[in-house]
Amino acid sequence: MSKDFNMLFAGFGGQGVLFAGKISAYAGLYDNKNITWLPSYGPEMRGGTANCSVCISDNPIGSPCVVSPDVFIALNLPSFEKFKNSVVSGGTMILDSTMISEKCDRTDIHIFYIPASQLATENGLDGLANIILLGKMFKETNFCTQQSLETALENCISKRKQHLLLPNKKALQIGMDF
Amino acid sequence: MNNKVLMKGNEALAEAAIQAGCRYFFGYPITPQTELAAYMAKKMPKVNGVYLQAESEIAAANMVLGAAGTGVRAMTSSSSPGISLKSEAISYMAGCDIPALIVNVQRGGPGLGGIQPSQADYWQATKATGHGDFQILVFAPATVQEMIDLVGLAFDKGDEYRIPAMILADGMLGQMMEPVTIPEHTTQHLVEKSWACCGHQNKRKHNVLNSLFLTPSELEKLIIERYKRYDIIKEKEQRWEEYRLDDADIVLVAYGASARVSHTAVDIAREKGYKVGLLRPVTLWPYPTKAFTTLKETARAFISVEMSMGQMVDDVRLAVECKKPVHFVGRTGGKIPTPMEVVDKIVEVGGMD
Amino acid sequence: MEEKIVFSKPKALTDIPFHYCSGCTHGIIHRLVAEVIDELGCEGRTVGVSPVGCAVMNYDYFGCDMIEAAHGRAPAVATGIKRAKPENVVFTYQGDGDLAAIGTAETVHAATRGENITIIFVNNTIYGMTGGQMAPTSLPNQVTQTTPYGRDVNIAGYPVRICEMLSTLDGVALAQRTAVDCVKHVNETKKAIKKAFQNQIDKKGFSIVEVLSTCPTNWGMNPIQAVEWLQKNMIPYYPLGVYKDGVKGDRLKNE
Repeated sequence: MSKDFNMLFAGFGGQGVLFAGKISAYAGLYDNKNITWLPSYGPEMRGGTANCSVCISDNPIGSPCVVSPDVFIALNLPSFEKFKNSVVSGGTMILDSTMISEKCDRTDIHIFYIPASQLATENGLDGLANIILLGKMFKETNFCTQQSLETALENCISKRKQHLLLPNKKALQIGMDF
Repeated sequence: MNNKVLMKGNEALAEAAIQAGCRYFFGYPITPQTELAAYMAKKMPKVNGVYLQAESEIAAANMVLGAAGTGVRAMTSSSSPGISLKSEAISYMAGCDIPALIVNVQRGGPGLGGIQPSQADYWQATKATGHGDFQILVFAPATVQEMIDLVGLAFDKGDEYRIPAMILADGMLGQMMEPVTIPEHTTQHLVEKSWACCGHQNKRKHNVLNSLFLTPSELEKLIIERYKRYDIIKEKEQRWEEYRLDDADIVLVAYGASARVSHTAVDIAREKGYKVGLLRPVTLWPYPTKAFTTLKETARAFISVEMSMGQMVDDVRLAVECKKPVHFVGRTGGKIPTPMEVVDKIVEVGGMD
Repeated sequence: MEEKIVFSKPKALTDIPFHYCSGCTHGIIHRLVAEVIDELGCEGRTVGVSPVGCAVMNYDYFGCDMIEAAHGRAPAVATGIKRAKPENVVFTYQGDGDLAAIGTAETVHAATRGENITIIFVNNTIYGMTGGQMAPTSLPNQVTQTTPYGRDVNIAGYPVRICEMLSTLDGVALAQRTAVDCVKHVNETKKAIKKAFQNQIDKKGFSIVEVLSTCPTNWGMNPIQAVEWLQKNMIPYYPLGVYKDGVKGDRLKNE
């Protein structure tokens, strides 16, 4: 992968946008990279749209605001509309096609439609569409080592919520296999 | 695997304060500094410290005055509108020579403004944090790690010079996470505070912390003495960081979040062949005028990059003694300039003769 | 003939002469506070908080450590001191404008938190230091510089009864109103102040003594007339008595 890798996660508040970003950031950290994680905050988080910028780089990171992402993960339609044209040419966009029925007309980027919410429900993993999409992102971009990603997932789930570790691992695998 | 942890800027500030020996936090909820107070509420009871949610920003800052007046390390934190309310106590602390830490995680203003990141409190922090002739130390971190490092320094320097200190951050730095190493017990060189009001134990004359002096000559004398201390601070405590300045003929000047944007802009512009570098003030008061000594002769132009309408431009002009043009590029109201907006300005200035 | 000292300055007062006007009862109240500090032997560990108002310079008069607060903020400053150094005895000394107008929030919240501090509240129904403006405690129809036709309650509202108001709060250990218009009341005031300090030493929580006081200068009276005015007008509106006592503030129940 390139020296700088900029990701943008966007969706409704509650879809786990910030959490998916946090796991990516930790994965970068465990690969000994420089990383930044920047959430949107405020009223937009209360039921509105939430997004989160993550930068992974070999060098010190300047602006942590991802304006032109290398990878864009879209979990809802408003976010898709808002950011679809910001992805760098040659970059990657991964959409939850259960939530977003539209297609993207760009031809200069790699686009993956994955029915993450539907897959989550089918597998008894409601609420883990974000992790399925994260697994897909890992498979398509190799933005980190698999070991770091798995360690990050383990460490980001708090002690009180350890019962959620297995479902999360399963979701990650579903994404990687899709 | 490295042993760094990811921390939000706001939480890092809080943990750093605890490591610096601060056990007294008085606050009031306001976005975007919320996590700082929440972290303190969680942590302080575990280190036998005090977290107290005050009835107002005003009360919180005056509680800090009382606690710090007894000689302990105390702090409060807020965001722009809250700092306006705290300015009363900050002025009184300056007038009583009580050191304490005030954190401002800036948001857009004036008035209620917005809650997105801003640097529009530069004037307030560096020129008029309250009424009267006084200054406070102002530190401007640009990374989460630096937020940690500067908290310890702010407490140390505040104690050393008996002056309130401010960490001037912004919503972006407060909310973002970066890997950090938290040094433990950063501050052990505590100074003797013979002036503290904590009971004379019948062993000394009573101490009085007071800012009221009804005789003008007495007040004037006191202020002049205080300004002599300010001169020492200006001489000894200027801090800044340089990035790719060696051969720069265009110098970006930016602190905090806009310094990060400028850092990226420098790299992009360098690739385009522009000889540009970044001068990042770490102390905003004292302003790092020494950093400009050579640059004002060697550079061709300066660009102040800010998340305000250009509040720092005049300080840059003064630092370069108006020998070179000082331009401005920035956004305000909660908008963060993009690196390309800064690059466009570099290109524009670079094209000027 | 053997000489015997029958009257002397309390140890807890400095040698600096008071600046108060003739007939003003701040002097009596200062003395009572100092006598109590002497009797409790706590000067060495006491920190007082000065207000803004006529008593603004009392940091010069009390021998203990003193911090000057901004207008109305004394309870907040005292909170900071007490939280940082619970072993200290902390008191504020505030007038009506300071405590019941600009500092109402600080007063009420220090009280409801049950801050273990002592508040001496001097109510003379007027802003003395600034030259006699209407105070939150000015009586209906009272003539002041800013109510030249008398306090019209339809315009300026009604006076605030602090002890009554604070007595509803769980954190308050003592709320008592006294006066210094006669020897009997002066003695009662001293007892109340002593209890308010003792409460703090016993960790009982927030204790406030409201002392009805005179301001001959700004009331435009001689000292005797002022005392009579207090008796005739203030005491009926602000009945003396104990509004709350003996209840340990919730926060301190386990201490």
